[in-house]
Amino acid sequence: MTDPGALSHLEETDPRTLSHLEEAVPLLQMSAITKRFPGVLANDGVDFDVAAGEVHALFGENGAGKSTLMRVLYGLYRPDEGKIAINGKATEISSPAAAIRQGIGMIHQHFMLVNTLTVVENIALGLKSSRGPLTDLRRVAKRVRELADSHGLKVSTDALVWQLSVGERQRVEILKALYRDANILVLDEPTAVLTPNEVDDLFRVLRQLAAAGRGLVFISHKVNEVLELSDRITVLRAGRRVGTLSREAASRESLVEMMVGHDISAEIRQAPAAGGDKRLVLAGLTVRGDRGQEAVRGVDLTVESGEIVGIAGVSGNGQRELAEAIAGIRAPEGGSALIDGKEVLGAPPDRVRAAGLAYVPEERMRDGIVPDFSVAENLMLVESGRPPFSHLGFLRARTIRRHCQKLVEEFAVKTPSLDTPARNLSGGNIQKLIMARELSGRPRVLLVAQPTRGIDVGAATYIHKRLVEQRDAGTAVLIISEDLDEVMSLSDRILVMFEGRVIGTADPRTSTREAVGLLMAGVVPS
Amino acid sequence: MAHFFTYAVLTSTVAAAIALSSSFLFAALGETMGQRSGVINLGVDGIMLLSAFATYFTALKTGDLLYAVLAGAGVGLVMGFVTAFISVTLKAEQGISGIGVYLFGLGLSDLLFLRLVGTPLPISQLSPIGIPLLDRIPAVGAMFFRQTILVYLAFLLVPVFTFVLNRTTYGLKIRAAGENPSAADTVGISVARIRWSTVLIGCTMAGLAGAALLLYDGIFMENLTQSEGFIAVALVYFGAWRPLGVMGGSVLYGLAIAVVLSWKSLGIIPLSASDLAATAPAVITVLTLLLVARRFRQPAVLGKPYERGD
Ligand SMILES: Nc1ncnc2c1ncn2[C@@H]1O[C@H](COP(=O)(O)OP(=O)(O)O)[C@@H](O)[C@H]1O
Ligand SMILES: [Mg+2]
Repeated sequence: MTDPGALSHLEETDPRTLSHLEEAVPLLQMSAITKRFPGVLANDGVDFDVAAGEVHALFGENGAGKSTLMRVLYGLYRPDEGKIAINGKATEISSPAAAIRQGIGMIHQHFMLVNTLTVVENIALGLKSSRGPLTDLRRVAKRVRELADSHGLKVSTDALVWQLSVGERQRVEILKALYRDANILVLDEPTAVLTPNEVDDLFRVLRQLAAAGRGLVFISHKVNEVLELSDRITVLRAGRRVGTLSREAASRESLVEMMVGHDISAEIRQAPAAGGDKRLVLAGLTVRGDRGQEAVRGVDLTVESGEIVGIAGVSGNGQRELAEAIAGIRAPEGGSALIDGKEVLGAPPDRVRAAGLAYVPEERMRDGIVPDFSVAENLMLVESGRPPFSHLGFLRARTIRRHCQKLVEEFAVKTPSLDTPARNLSGGNIQKLIMARELSGRPRVLLVAQPTRGIDVGAATYIHKRLVEQRDAGTAVLIISEDLDEVMSLSDRILVMFEGRVIGTADPRTSTREAVGLLMAGVVPS
Repeated sequence: MAHFFTYAVLTSTVAAAIALSSSFLFAALGETMGQRSGVINLGVDGIMLLSAFATYFTALKTGDLLYAVLAGAGVGLVMGFVTAFISVTLKAEQGISGIGVYLFGLGLSDLLFLRLVGTPLPISQLSPIGIPLLDRIPAVGAMFFRQTILVYLAFLLVPVFTFVLNRTTYGLKIRAAGENPSAADTVGISVARIRWSTVLIGCTMAGLAGAALLLYDGIFMENLTQSEGFIAVALVYFGAWRPLGVMGGSVLYGLAIAVVLSWKSLGIIPLSASDLAATAPAVITVLTLLLVARRFRQPAVLGKPYERGD
């Protein structure tokens, strides 16, 4: 799929010629939708349609404009240009209320539920009541239960939303849309928060809803899910529609290539690690968790210069506490941590950094950036107090801007400007920003927790490349990740953590995924 | 000292407490509605002052107390339009704009009083109405069932507001707007409209509070409220954003004031310590607030203007 001609051919695929879709008039037709935000063209003349009975995926990287397009449909954003027709009739959708009247339902990426209300109250919210000004919760609850039964969506109607699991909350959202007779159902990254089993259940429900004649829009940046569920796939990139494919015509490779705009199949190469000096040495490290439990129970490990050590494991087995203790932001119970032979365990974070550690935390939005600070301010969080960026306590604006501009370009951080608040960037670009900041200090040891969790393929590939580059430049790199494929493809050595201990080690060149997976589940080969 | 525990003093103290609490109750109930929808209004005291003056002036000119009360409530409603426009439509910082409204009310009420009235003349007060039969119950009757119409109204509004908040679609919308306005927005509820309505209700109630206070005192003076409006805001926290809790707080506060007044007049509190004693109700409230209200969570977006989009 590297031939550009192949792509242009795909763009002309007319959905109406697809044999299994017989409707002449699509349920939904969005034409040439353009939506601008200050400094961002979020949708650029996008066409999109949905036929009754199909699941149409909207596929693209974070920031490609998927949510924006659907928020336009749902009346949350006014498009700058473009038309929307429902059942062939042109309509203005000026508010969510109008969208609901048109039979559009949307399950948002961040659930739109009131935590302090019950499930029924959430579903009844905003609806006309059969008892006039009084709520008719009992009636609503009865219908909700019927709907839930007929669609296999298990919920307890009287529970308060904050008591529900993420999967249950999503079912409430779906019921909320169905209760409003949604005929076009939009799901914005519904799988992002679910366990694999929950994803299976969700897909079963969605297939059933489509089979009953509804039109479904499934937003995702995960290629496997898109291929598993969808009848058609529209790929967005940087606000533009790259093309629309039927599932039969689509393949993993073609979709990913359309999404990122170039061929990324070239695997990250595995040069043997250049053995070097011991940069990070942990011995008997013990750390307590938030609830006082022993989260890390005596971990020993060594990371040498020029190697990537990967810590695999299901999250919640002490990885977070381990990383935080090394970085100096969680008090350890005991043990030692040496960076270049110097004890840093229990030292405050600035001392650990001074010893040569760079740290990319797991909770990006909470620990990695100050969301309301600008891109430039976030880039300077660590170094602003040092020359050449400040002098006698005054910041040197021009030096700082030049430096930040360089970092943004070097790390391909997509941002409208250096002054944009960091919270407005996509997850991938926030991670690149953090990497840029952390690597600009030329660390001796690089500790990265969940390097690419929740990040699209393009940005993830980029970050992987930078990590390997660091290793090749002689940095000692320690990666903590739940993503087994990531650990397998990046690491020179793998340690598996289970219940606070390193339960086993593996060599990614000789071990199988299954063997590491067994260790992750706590099964040690005897 | 034993004088206090006589039948007559006890019943009159409790009766006074109930009457005194009614203005707190009006103001705090109204504030509860606003806060449940996410709007905090710190201008209550200023609105009470303006309404108290309007009530006083109308009573002075017409001699009709019904008109006087309506004038007080009407001024509250007008100030509600101002407050809602600033807080909801302009999305101003609510803490600051509330203080602005307070200072405006404080200054304007005094200015109008000096310009339009000058020398304080007393007006007729609302006369207590006995509830048939109930007012004959020994002690209880004298304490609770020989009150003015405004006192009855204030306490009647407690179950009404409870019902509105918990049993009506409007109440559901109010709660949603204060907890997760995006969720309300995405099901087609206009968060702005809901908040406008609760602010209008709240400010009208503040107007009634001013009227009740004025008619209890029977005369207007500068800063008549002595920051009662701020106490009312605190009582909302005290009452954990529930009308019944707010009522409890108001009665407790009214009781504290009535006891201090009664002890002063009985000479239990020496004159030299009376200023100190006057702070007792506030101290009691703050302490109780620290003990009780911490356990309850305030509306999630209290004081935050709603803006669409993540
Ligand atoms: N409310 C907003 N204000 C400014 N920019 C926005 C807003 N919403 C989205 N954007 C920008 O528009 C682009 C598309 O975002 P979005 O539609 O959320 O992408 P996706 O859902 O595909 O990840 C991004 O660059 C994003 O930063
Ligand atoms: Mg999105």
